[in-house]
Amino acid sequence: MAIGWYLTVSVLIFCIGVTGVLVRRNPLVILLCLELMLNAANLALVAFARMHGGEAGQIFALIVMVVAACEVTVGLGLIVAISRRGLAVDVDELRELDG
Amino acid sequence: MSAVVFFIAAIVALGGAVAVVTLRNPFYAVLALVCHLVALAALFLLLRAEFVAAAQVVVYAGAVMVLYVFVVAYVGGAPGTEELRAGPAMRFFGPLMALALAVELMIALLGSALSGITSKGAPYIPGFGTPRQIGKLFLTDYLFVFETASLLLLVAAIGAVVLARRRRGLDEPGAGMSVDDLRRLVAEPRAKDTGTMAEGAGTPS
Repeated sequence: MAIGWYLTVSVLIFCIGVTGVLVRRNPLVILLCLELMLNAANLALVAFARMHGGEAGQIFALIVMVVAACEVTVGLGLIVAISRRGLAVDVDELRELDG
Repeated sequence: MSAVVFFIAAIVALGGAVAVVTLRNPFYAVLALVCHLVALAALFLLLRAEFVAAAQVVVYAGAVMVLYVFVVAYVGGAPGTEELRAGPAMRFFGPLMALALAVELMIALLGSALSGITSKGAPYIPGFGTPRQIGKLFLTDYLFVFETASLLLLVAAIGAVVLARRRRGLDEPGAGMSVDDLRRLVAEPRAKDTGTMAEGAGTPS
């Protein structure tokens, strides 16, 4: 398959993730949609690594995975802290978080 | 053959992504994301990224998703607690914005003068993308990145523990329970549909 096909799939997954972040109101699902966007970027990076025949893109993809794991850990910790205080798990109810 | 595998994996990946966005129950959204991640790992294999595919399945579909399942079960994935509460304007303009972004990215992609996009990629050299090759790069050219990643993981782990720890002074249900109460609670038979996957999904049968 030509590399362009992989990039097309990556674009579509990224845009589905954007839709989810804009439309959903549950922070858990928003985190899931962020994962979708990061994975779309990973697919593009690996496709470009294949196109150029170098492994730098794959290294980049692995580092993106590490960053995503960190983001998930902190995000889920926040959600647990929110629910433990008995607040609604809903981004519209949590407006005071913006500082 | 590779075209067939590509289209199957791409359709499963896109279907999983759509399911993550549309399913109302967060528990099922997590399961859809697992499907999506496994299909994406198949795409990575087609792109000769063996180690990235393995890491995707083990780290993402394995470890990170287990964390998600635990938090969904803890917070409660009951359908009543979750709804598409975006205002009508956002529900209309959100997908529209995403569509505009898709069109823009496709124009950028197809309009780019990259000659490699229509090719099948660089000639395959044996050893490309194997753990040996990736490990060698991580310990030579990308050593700084590697060490920074470990530091970042440490910071995130400490941050999560600090954020989610129990604080004193908050009313904890069961904190003031006497030994007799606890004994009675343990002796009681478990209620039907508790402690199961169905409870996490919020659909008691």
